[in-house]
Amino acid sequence: MLQVMMKKQLADFTIDIQFTVENNILVLLGPSGAGKTTILRAIAGLLRPDTGTIIHNERVLFSSTARTFVPPQFRHVGYMFQEFALFPHMNVRKNIWYGVKQNDNKAKELYERLLGLLHIEHLTTRFINRLSGGEKQRVALARALMAEPAILLLDEPLSALDSDTRLELQAELKKIQGIWKIPFVLVTHDIAEAKALGDQFLFLEKGRQVARPAFRPSEFCQCQSIELA
Amino acid sequence: MEWQPVLLSLKVALSSLIFVFIFGVAAAYSMRSFEFPGKSALEALFALPLVLPPVVTGFVLLVLIGKQGPIGQFLSESLHTQIIFTPYAAVLAATVVAFPLMYHSAKAAFEGVDSNLEDAARTLGSGSWRVFWTITMPLSWSGLVAGLVLSFARALGEFGATIMVAGNIPGKTQTIPLAIYFAAEANDLTLAGAYVLMISGITFFLIFGLNIWSKKRCGKSSVKGVF
Repeated sequence: MLQVMMKKQLADFTIDIQFTVENNILVLLGPSGAGKTTILRAIAGLLRPDTGTIIHNERVLFSSTARTFVPPQFRHVGYMFQEFALFPHMNVRKNIWYGVKQNDNKAKELYERLLGLLHIEHLTTRFINRLSGGEKQRVALARALMAEPAILLLDEPLSALDSDTRLELQAELKKIQGIWKIPFVLVTHDIAEAKALGDQFLFLEKGRQVARPAFRPSEFCQCQSIELA
Repeated sequence: MEWQPVLLSLKVALSSLIFVFIFGVAAAYSMRSFEFPGKSALEALFALPLVLPPVVTGFVLLVLIGKQGPIGQFLSESLHTQIIFTPYAAVLAATVVAFPLMYHSAKAAFEGVDSNLEDAARTLGSGSWRVFWTITMPLSWSGLVAGLVLSFARALGEFGATIMVAGNIPGKTQTIPLAIYFAAEANDLTLAGAYVLMISGITFFLIFGLNIWSKKRCGKSSVKGVF
């Protein structure tokens, strides 16, 4: 379980948010510039909140009162960036293995399993500039999962894809979350995508949680809103 | 024609290149990674040898490493040695004048690296050193090589600062540019011309060779030649 309670002053507004994610998919939904990516960066340790706490299964990742800040490399938080951030000077295989600490049989098994699950066996020797958008997305997901994260953050993972690939990958993301059973925090501004993927929802506007989204509220009247932590 | 100035020039330029690379890359990376008071002033100081006349840089070095200067005194008292009017002073002069070229090339190269890639590496468990060696350096390599070539050419052609601190001692501190100047002054234009052809040829083939190498090496990716 991931518990986040944070405040962070930005140029135009202050992010002031608290939420809890069980081992399922929380969707952060809101217009561009609402502070969604900032929240993901804070959970990953790439940015320091002004105040608050970030706790995963009783392990304190950040606490302003206890002056705790675990650096990103020790957090075991996987992060799929919006444009995937795959390393252009490495092939697919090297990208996927980048986060592996011990090259043992267990890692090899996981690698083979991920290649199969994500249908990317034929891509391992290719360089990143020779991949399509959908292939990049799969490789980025494999790379994040290969590092055996305890939490996975996804920043608009499907926004760069065409609608057919998007539907296919939505199903795969859902399936993978079912297998891995770790908290996924997914950012999107696409309501259809949020509905397809989310177990919990959090609507954001200018850094704060709102009960209902100000944009197209009717779409969400059936959805269960997240409980406040 | 004596070969000694050619060999000495190459030795001085290559030795200075080692220092220029280490200091230039370290300074550029630190300036990118850290914010501190006085950063702009330090950046301006780093650019000074590029904009000041080399003779002025040479004068400052002369004051520092001369027998009465703070560095000169330290060297003679603690190590019983002097570097003024030795080939080491020529290396120091070449290092100082070439440093800004390496620093600026490295800075531009590092700024061209997408910070998301470095962040991604950190979330995959890499500390600062591993991120630097596996992501930042390889992705800025062509810019760093360009900086090395510019610095080498600048060090090879260094005249003003060199003559101030290393003097013109034939067989000891006389590099190609000094040999050209003193040959021309003695009205031996054939000898001066021979050295001119030599230094132009070295520089041309260095850049030509590097372009071919970098195109071959980077053929698979989208990186083009250095120059």
